[in-house]
Amino acid sequence: MKRRPRPPITEAAQSATFSRRALLIGAGQFGLATLLAGRMGYIAIAQNERYSGLAESNRVQMRLIPPRRGWIVDRHGAPMASNRSDFRVDLIPDQLEDPERVIGALARILALPDETIARIRRELRSAQGFQPVPVAEHLSFEKFAEVTVRLPELPGVSPLRSFARFYPEGAAVGHLLGYVGTPNQQDYQRENRNPLLLTPGFKVGKEGLEKVMEQGLRGRPGAARVEVTARGRLVRELRTLPDVSGPPLHTTLDAGLQSYAARRLGEESGSCVVMDCHSGDILCMASMPAYDPNGFSDGIGQSEWRMMAEDPRHPLINKTLNALYPPGSTFKPAVAMAALEAGIDPEDTVSCGGGYTLGSRRFACLGVHGPMNLHRAIARSCNTYFYTMGRRIGFDRVAAMSRRLGLGQRFDLPVVSQSFGTVPDTAWKLRRYNQEWSQADTLNASIGQGYVILNPTQLAVMAARIASGRDVAPQLIRRPRPLAAPLPFAPAYFEAVRGGMDEVVNGAGTAVRSRLPFPDIRMAGKTGTAQVRNIVDANRGRAGTAWRYRDHGLFVFFAPVGAPRYAGAVVIEHGLGGARAAAPVAKDVLTYLFDKDLAMEALRPLEAAWGGSIAERAARRTERWGARGDAAPPADPTVIA
Amino acid sequence: MALAAIPRPIADLPWRVLWIVVALGAIGAVALYSVSPVVGGSFRPYALNHIVRFIAFLGLAIGLSYIRPRIFQEFAWAAYAGGIVLLIITLALGTIGGGARSWLELGFLRIQPSELMKPILVLVLARFYAFMPAREAGGWSALWPPALFLGPVILLILLQPDLGTATLIVFTTIAMMFLAGLPLSWFLGGAAAVAAAIPIGFSFMLPHQKERVLIFLNPEQDPLGAGYHISQSQIAIGSGGLFGKGYLNGTQASGDFLPEPHTDFIFAAIAEEWGLVGGLVLILLFTLLLRWGMRVSADAKDRFEKLTAAGLTMTIFFYLAINLMMVMGLAPVVGIPLPLVSYGGSAMLTVMICIGILMAIDRQSRRDPRRN
Repeated sequence: MKRRPRPPITEAAQSATFSRRALLIGAGQFGLATLLAGRMGYIAIAQNERYSGLAESNRVQMRLIPPRRGWIVDRHGAPMASNRSDFRVDLIPDQLEDPERVIGALARILALPDETIARIRRELRSAQGFQPVPVAEHLSFEKFAEVTVRLPELPGVSPLRSFARFYPEGAAVGHLLGYVGTPNQQDYQRENRNPLLLTPGFKVGKEGLEKVMEQGLRGRPGAARVEVTARGRLVRELRTLPDVSGPPLHTTLDAGLQSYAARRLGEESGSCVVMDCHSGDILCMASMPAYDPNGFSDGIGQSEWRMMAEDPRHPLINKTLNALYPPGSTFKPAVAMAALEAGIDPEDTVSCGGGYTLGSRRFACLGVHGPMNLHRAIARSCNTYFYTMGRRIGFDRVAAMSRRLGLGQRFDLPVVSQSFGTVPDTAWKLRRYNQEWSQADTLNASIGQGYVILNPTQLAVMAARIASGRDVAPQLIRRPRPLAAPLPFAPAYFEAVRGGMDEVVNGAGTAVRSRLPFPDIRMAGKTGTAQVRNIVDANRGRAGTAWRYRDHGLFVFFAPVGAPRYAGAVVIEHGLGGARAAAPVAKDVLTYLFDKDLAMEALRPLEAAWGGSIAERAARRTERWGARGDAAPPADPTVIA
Repeated sequence: MALAAIPRPIADLPWRVLWIVVALGAIGAVALYSVSPVVGGSFRPYALNHIVRFIAFLGLAIGLSYIRPRIFQEFAWAAYAGGIVLLIITLALGTIGGGARSWLELGFLRIQPSELMKPILVLVLARFYAFMPAREAGGWSALWPPALFLGPVILLILLQPDLGTATLIVFTTIAMMFLAGLPLSWFLGGAAAVAAAIPIGFSFMLPHQKERVLIFLNPEQDPLGAGYHISQSQIAIGSGGLFGKGYLNGTQASGDFLPEPHTDFIFAAIAEEWGLVGGLVLILLFTLLLRWGMRVSADAKDRFEKLTAAGLTMTIFFYLAINLMMVMGLAPVVGIPLPLVSYGGSAMLTVMICIGILMAIDRQSRRDPRRN
């Protein structure tokens, strides 16, 4: 820059400078105005869509409405799990102005326990926006109304009419249907953070059919759209998308029978499975004692859980599928089938002298039966006959037949889990224990002891397959299905075994006291008494010993003889004997299928003796548990005479 | 003629500016009715106050317009002294609003002395540069006296602390120095120095100021925290589209999503309901107001009047510029209202004083139509 002596700044020059610079400033102002106009045009026109969306998501909050769960209905359409109107209260964090005051007011009105208040505070801290925090559910209408009328002074409180799962049969369907509960963290993660799972009042199946059929029962959530202010004040309700309730689940069950069987099991720890022996439809699958899924769906307390977990009668275990028992003599029809298939003449006799000697060991029979053919051996449950036949044909053949009859098998059932037990054979023993199969193993296994352990459903399937001669598979979901194929065994073999089982109940057999109370309908069956542990004592597992060492009582059955329709199994844990504990249950349950009134008449005095309905007895038990704290529930359930 | 029906004193008013001012005030009233917390809009609590205040201050401005500019020149220093005293009293006794002790409670009125100081400083600066001999414009004596009397004002305002107002005053002063004919190289050098000093200055800022700047640079980083204002303002403008959502249908303002919809962010609230069209009308009105102000300056016969008119116009301009840039996400949130439209007395009073003095100068120019 060249440096000249600066000319003196004159007033005229100054004035010209001012004009020039004022023009520049004016242009700058105009330029900025243009820039602002342009910027505004860009935001309002070019970015309009984006910002409109943002304004909309500011304004409109969506709240999911949990779908009503599909009903679970029995084969006649009667509800086994339905939905009951329920009143609940939630907090909307966004709308809360003074959380402590509101929580305090709610705690007063609803009489909230301290732990609930602590939970609400905890959840409020981590909550955000419009995601509600549950306060209480299953409120009485009075409490609900009390909250509702105070809403104006309780901003952020959202009282809601929702639906709760209701199981009319209560504990009778506990293990079978399972229960629903608030989704936990794992459920939420497993469903890819489905926001529905966080919606208060939404429940997922936690056990049984409810869990397995979850997706089918769920339905589609609705959405309540509301316009709110930044402070969460409700401006107005917008169009609400209604929920689509889940479709009903048609089961093969008979709700009445299920309930009856559960009640009939009484104070015993046991199970009863009844199925249609042609279609495989399971009519009832009762396991007692059981939890009441109505209570479980709300979550149960620590102490109640402990009471159940420590109960020696295992109310938390589904004994129809997850309990394994030595089948004892109920295994004998399978052994008989194997013998026939192996070519044994049913008229071949074995003379029972009260036992069987293998080397230096004596394998006892429960009596001295004399000459036994297959028919009589089943009727009298003669061990000697089956020891002999087992040895004669070899246990591998028995095992193969057993499996064909469903024993040791896993079924295609919509259940959370099933224990399928063991039907042992030589290969199995080698694999499992790296030992050769011994003749003693054959003898033990031939009377359903030793390594043989099965679940009651398998026994029911065995009974069904023997009764129908068909390869029926158990079913819980009702749908049309082709008739099962006949099993590849001669009809005469089935006839022979069925004849023996008829004799058990209706002739000179072990369960003659459990004859059906009808002149024209007969039940056939097979009793079983399974040792809990090897007590060499002749007195093993008898009435004098502690309850938990007593023998299990089992019974497999079908009816009517001649044209079988129903088949099933009853297992009474530590029931001392099949004829004593299990067969009478089977008798009453079958009676129910043919004459409900007659069956109820038989039940009434029994329930009176036990002390009321299942729910009443459970309530009393809980009370006792609460009072005693650490005392165990009754160790000696009443024995059925 | 038709005008004959209008009384002479009213017809004589400077309507070529007054209609702009009244239009802006009316738009403000209409918008304030809508942003009322009462659902569906209401005169309370804002619109009615705004109208009353607008009429009162407009009366004051018209009153000022009858005063000869010479009087402003003579009383400039007295006003300056009074302003300093008020600022000191404010620091000692003022009420805190918006994080700064900048309000003075006068019982019936709350005033913000720092606001009043804006036109006063314009008068003082204009007087100084008007009396400064032309040949001194390139020397130090053109710089240190203004620095001397500007310094205490800036210091007192920064102590409140009110960075926004202080910045505005500094900008106006620089603009006036520029118009006073100070060497161009000073401004270019100064701009270069400021550009170099920004990083250093940033490191001296208080945390909340730093945060504001950072959020301005990237508002989406924290849309629910401190960037909330900028985001919501742009959502309001952007969702308005071309013609807006319709009067009283703005959801951003009525839903409280837009912060301060009655003061700093009123432009966004208007744009939401009236769209780009409404916003452009406002920008156009303000542009016309500024053009009028610069014309008054150009037409003035006297150097004090020229400088005063330009300085006052710049004062109004900086209000607008910073407010509009802020609501559109082009400037950080500094808490400056949109004059005449926003609710709030101090800014309106200041701008009305500016307009009143501008009208006085305008009147003087027309009364004495000699060319210089």
